[in-house]
Amino acid sequence: METIAIIGNGISGITAARHIRKLSDKRIVVISAESKYFFSRTALMYVYMGHMKFEHTQPYEDWFWKKNRIDLVQGYVTTVDHKNKQLLLQDNDPVAYDKLIIATGSKPNRFGWPGQDLKGVQGLYSKQELEQLEKDAPDNKTCLRAVIVGGGLIGIELAEMLRSRDIPVTFLVRESSFWNGVLPEGESQMINEHIREHHIDLRLSTNLVEILADDNGKARAVVTDKGETIECNLVGLTAGVTPNVDFLKGAGIELGRGVKVNRFLETNIPDIYSIGDCAEQHEAIGNRRPIEAVWYTGRMMGETVAQTICGNKMAYKPGHWFNSAKFLDIEYQTYGWVFSDKGRKEYEDHFHWRHPKEKLCITISYHKKSKKFLGINTFGIRMRHEIFDRWLTEERSADHVMEYLKDANFDPEFYAAYESDIVASYNQQFGTKIQPKKKSWKRIFIKA
Amino acid sequence: MKIIKNIGLIIFLIGLGIFSSLPLIGTFSLSQLDFDQLVLDNKIKSELFISAIEQDVVGQKFEGMPSFSPIVANALNEANTQHRKNKEYKKVLYIKSYDMAAMMGKRAGTGFIAENKGLMWFLTFGLGILGALLYILPNVVLLGQKGIKNDGIYLKNATNRGWIAWMVFIFLVSFYLVLYFRPQFAVNWTFLVDPISMKLSGNMAGHWFVYGFMYCVVMTVMAVRMYIKYRHNVYQMVRTTSVLFFQIVFAFLIPEIMVRLQMPYYDFKNAFPLDYDFFFQWNLRSLINSGGIGLFILVWGTVLTLVIVPVMVYFFGKRWYCSWVCGCGGLAETLGDPYRQHSSKTLLSWKVERWLVHGVLVFAVGMTLMTLYSFFSDTGTVLGIKTASVQNTYSLLIGSIFAGVIGTGFYPIFGNRVWCRFGCPLAAYLGFVQRFKSRFRITTNGGQCISCGNCSTYCEQGIDVRAYAQKGENIIRSSCVGCGICSAVCPRGVLKLENGPEKGRINPTQVLLGNDVDLMNLVNEK
Repeated sequence: METIAIIGNGISGITAARHIRKLSDKRIVVISAESKYFFSRTALMYVYMGHMKFEHTQPYEDWFWKKNRIDLVQGYVTTVDHKNKQLLLQDNDPVAYDKLIIATGSKPNRFGWPGQDLKGVQGLYSKQELEQLEKDAPDNKTCLRAVIVGGGLIGIELAEMLRSRDIPVTFLVRESSFWNGVLPEGESQMINEHIREHHIDLRLSTNLVEILADDNGKARAVVTDKGETIECNLVGLTAGVTPNVDFLKGAGIELGRGVKVNRFLETNIPDIYSIGDCAEQHEAIGNRRPIEAVWYTGRMMGETVAQTICGNKMAYKPGHWFNSAKFLDIEYQTYGWVFSDKGRKEYEDHFHWRHPKEKLCITISYHKKSKKFLGINTFGIRMRHEIFDRWLTEERSADHVMEYLKDANFDPEFYAAYESDIVASYNQQFGTKIQPKKKSWKRIFIKA
Repeated sequence: MKIIKNIGLIIFLIGLGIFSSLPLIGTFSLSQLDFDQLVLDNKIKSELFISAIEQDVVGQKFEGMPSFSPIVANALNEANTQHRKNKEYKKVLYIKSYDMAAMMGKRAGTGFIAENKGLMWFLTFGLGILGALLYILPNVVLLGQKGIKNDGIYLKNATNRGWIAWMVFIFLVSFYLVLYFRPQFAVNWTFLVDPISMKLSGNMAGHWFVYGFMYCVVMTVMAVRMYIKYRHNVYQMVRTTSVLFFQIVFAFLIPEIMVRLQMPYYDFKNAFPLDYDFFFQWNLRSLINSGGIGLFILVWGTVLTLVIVPVMVYFFGKRWYCSWVCGCGGLAETLGDPYRQHSSKTLLSWKVERWLVHGVLVFAVGMTLMTLYSFFSDTGTVLGIKTASVQNTYSLLIGSIFAGVIGTGFYPIFGNRVWCRFGCPLAAYLGFVQRFKSRFRITTNGGQCISCGNCSTYCEQGIDVRAYAQKGENIIRSSCVGCGICSAVCPRGVLKLENGPEKGRINPTQVLLGNDVDLMNLVNEK
């Protein structure tokens, strides 16, 4: 029987394992150094915040793996020996394979800052880093202040976590406004305000210069490029992630920043595939990045590679882009492409609406000439994935989106609805006379 | 603000302490006059019992129910033994000794507690309410902005099965044990609410009135907590208001007022088979003998179960009953909310749940069929089994121990819906409708789930919501009571409770939305 080895038990590797099991009877071995059982990385923050216990982050009960004959090996792969088709492990016996999937995910970026390896300096990606955080910042008596470096999704999550234990947080963001490499200006501004509402000391356009140590080799302060020294007991490095592929150097597998793969998620070595955060497309797909470090894309690659491995060779063809996040109390969803001011395409224009009081806003991007709907960012208002996916496929116009916006609303029942305000503002801006249509179950549930 | 909270906590604990000490203290002294009246009212024919009580109890002073109750029990048991020996069955007292002690205690209560009902009410209920509100209200400020407020739930002793949780568990279980099995110790509590009972029904309060009143008080205070915690969530606000309204008006006020108007005591929203004794002989007789209103109740109760309940479940899911109307659900959603995360999500507990809850439904329906057969054919046994003993078994095991002692007592350990999930026969019945013929579902928003597990963690019914959401499937489960918390705690806006067309409600998917369409077709067509 063929053995499929999967390095990494994150969402990509586990999705691949599950789908291979659904489609075949092959032997499946999943190897991870981080934890025996699959857990949801995105939920680690809730463990620190006391919303959940670690066991709650595990989507499958422990018996699941045995029942589905997915062998779990907890160990660290040191070498991929593709000539002999085997993996060498630290402190474990080698694992022989017929096909290999590399799904080792990411690791936090460290840009060579002086002091970045001190005690009390960490990222927030792995289970071990969560445990470290619990040790170094259990409360605001042990940790009098934390400095977070890097204004992305993990940075704001780490800030929220520390604030849940009333630890003062200084948040250094390189950009002039939070995440404005991704978000358009209005939205980015709103998140700036929201961060400050949560009593997080947000420092925009500020870079880390070095981290200072105390006598015990533990971080005691950071120095910024504004010449300021900020005393702290914890430094969170959250300036993005990079593929976790160091162990592959010299193995003969082509590496860029990540493991180079073609559309079929194949590497340059036969029978070795790579998926998830650590995979790097030779050429980016559409507007996507060559390396997509996103939960959803990891899952999709897992679904796809399982087909290929089970004899139904299939290219990775993600559909319309979508993503989501939560900035403190504000939920964010995006469907299609809405680019930031920096990344804006020359054909792209935006309609932006923000609620006068509440932290709610949407941005719709459309084609300047044809007014074709290109994408939406929504903050504080939930929207239906299926509806936007359909509208994108059908290449609807921005006017159409406005007219049927009520169909797309996904907020809980009885919530205040803002479609009328949004459409009124749209009409005013474009001189249109769109009347929003009443929500229709029929339209929502027709299968395209 | 923290200081106010702490002061509130202390005041609350003082009130609770006084309340908890009441079963053991107080002065009881039964006068000859009161005793004569009691003998008359209850048509007591046992001269042995009467003389024993007159000799050992009447005119004497007892400090605390523990010294009073055994003497009454003793007298009753000895008298009954003697009568049975002499085959004087007409003289035997068919009343439980603790009920007799409660009845006598109610008439014999004197001294500070019985004479200062208003003050004592304030020192118990009053301090409890005041303290609890002082503890809860500062959260308006302390909780900060609108949003999910689950910080520290698993870091706090009280909400993570620490010793405080176990103390609450012991208190609740003891309270229910007293209520169901040793009501004589609740006599002092009844004094506190006598004035309120008099105003409502015109009668002195019994221990069930204490329970009803306390139920409303606890729900109201804890509803304030819900309002503050979920102030960003209109669904939760509306639902909490609804469940509170039905408890206070339908379960508490209307039945009491009906008694005042010489009508039968009836809770119009309490549907059979949760209301398991609705078809018991004594209830049918009492309804039939109550004229027009009795007949109306009989028809209403039947129509409620057979027509209204299932039709409403078809349109709205069982949530309209279980988390918008029902009293058990109401307590679970208010007092029980801090404990909702403790329900077990394992596959094993789901299996146990299905056997148990459907078993209880079969038990309840079987018992009712026996009862009706006995009623119409005027016999006491069906196939050689005594109807009364089946009824008694149900009342004891299901009505008292399961619904009360375990159902509520175990909140801090096993979560707030133990009864609703594992025991309630009405929930089982509604569950069938919800699962097989309903417009209700929790919609999963395409491929947006990140498997974080907040939904599953906070599902009070122990549904592994994530298992469906991460596959892009809607959640159609018979046990879902539609509390809406999964949707509230979801950080990515993945879940929505809604009533829509039945077609496509159940939507198994192989590959989630967002991945290439050809692949989806290919896999789904297989």
